[in-house]
Amino acid sequence: MLELKQITKKFDGKVILDGVDLTVADGQILTIVGPSGAGKTTLLRCISGLTPVDGGKFFLDGQAFDPATNRDNDAVIGVVFQDFQLFPNLTVLQNVTLAPTMMLKKDIKSVNQEAQTLLERLNLGGKADLYPYELSGGQKQRVAIVRALAMHPKLLCYDEPTSALDPDLRHEVEQIILNLKQQGMTQIVVTHDMPFAETIADQMLRVEPKQA
Amino acid sequence: MHYVSEILPSLISGTGMTLSIFFWTIIISIPLGILIGLGMLTKFKPLTWIINLYVWLMRGTPLLLQLIFVFYGLPIIGIVFPRYEAALFAFILNYTAYFAEIFRGGLQAIPVGQYESARVLRLTNWQTLRKIVIPQVVKIVLPSIGNEVINLVKDSSLVYVIGLGDLLRAGNVAMARDVTLLPMVLVAIIYLLLTAVCTLVLRRLEKHYSYWR
Repeated sequence: MLELKQITKKFDGKVILDGVDLTVADGQILTIVGPSGAGKTTLLRCISGLTPVDGGKFFLDGQAFDPATNRDNDAVIGVVFQDFQLFPNLTVLQNVTLAPTMMLKKDIKSVNQEAQTLLERLNLGGKADLYPYELSGGQKQRVAIVRALAMHPKLLCYDEPTSALDPDLRHEVEQIILNLKQQGMTQIVVTHDMPFAETIADQMLRVEPKQA
Repeated sequence: MHYVSEILPSLISGTGMTLSIFFWTIIISIPLGILIGLGMLTKFKPLTWIINLYVWLMRGTPLLLQLIFVFYGLPIIGIVFPRYEAALFAFILNYTAYFAEIFRGGLQAIPVGQYESARVLRLTNWQTLRKIVIPQVVKIVLPSIGNEVINLVKDSSLVYVIGLGDLLRAGNVAMARDVTLLPMVLVAIIYLLLTAVCTLVLRRLEKHYSYWR
């Protein structure tokens, strides 16, 4: 379970997030919606530790933690970026296994095996040895999801998962997210795509732009 | 033909000097260029000012002038280099500045998102640099490095100004002595062979890195 209490973030004195409170229960899907510039992505970046907050507290399973300095523990927060940010110099399999072999200190064989299983589960079975430039947008996104899952995250965050995809792929992303929910994954999805948000959400958070 | 075989030994020994300047400059100034290039991107302002001043001086004045200053100028303030070391010092200083600029450009071409995605995967800075950033930077900078390498082959001929006997000087001596342009034709052919080998090696390297894009 993830809890945020009074999270505040300013950029150059301009308040972007003003005391955000929220709770996401285990296995639930929270969607964060709102117009551009309202701070959806900023909130996600704060939760994943990419942007330090100016005030407020985070709790993961009741334990206080600071995402910005959260490193050597198992409270991993996975992120699927809007533009995926796969590593272009590594194959699909290497993209997935790099972090687990480096950080979790597991042997390469079991890491590879787990990665293969995850790739197959997301319909990427034959793609392990391809490089990212050889994949379609939807395939890249699925690789990004597998890469995040391989770190056994407590929480998986998505930034605008439908924005870089063809409209007919939206349904596919929905399915992936709902399947992961069935397996118990806690997920946070930032999107401006309302029908998509409504289909997958257990809970919706609407952020509005702050008046200057 | 007889004349060619007569002057060839002196040309070959001149080529030795050219190659020695070339290799030592490459071997030392590429790693230094990476370090200085990284230094240009630090947030510690005084360091970036010093580096920018250095790069401006090195790129803003002729290499020929720098050679003269190192060999004839530095002794005035008590720093005396023998000829060969003076040449090497000047070349390394000069080429490091160019390489640093190239590596800075390469490093800046890596999207912030690559660092962020490495960070959320909990890779350390060193792991990110080694596994993600450097392989991508190498691929980006290879064509520009290649240009500088080819330039260096020919720039090495400037060492004549402090009295070192390189390939061009060997040709020059033979030309003045025998009043014929033939030595210079041979010199040109040797330079062309050297740059052809460099071009070939660089092509190979670029091809090696073409498995991803």
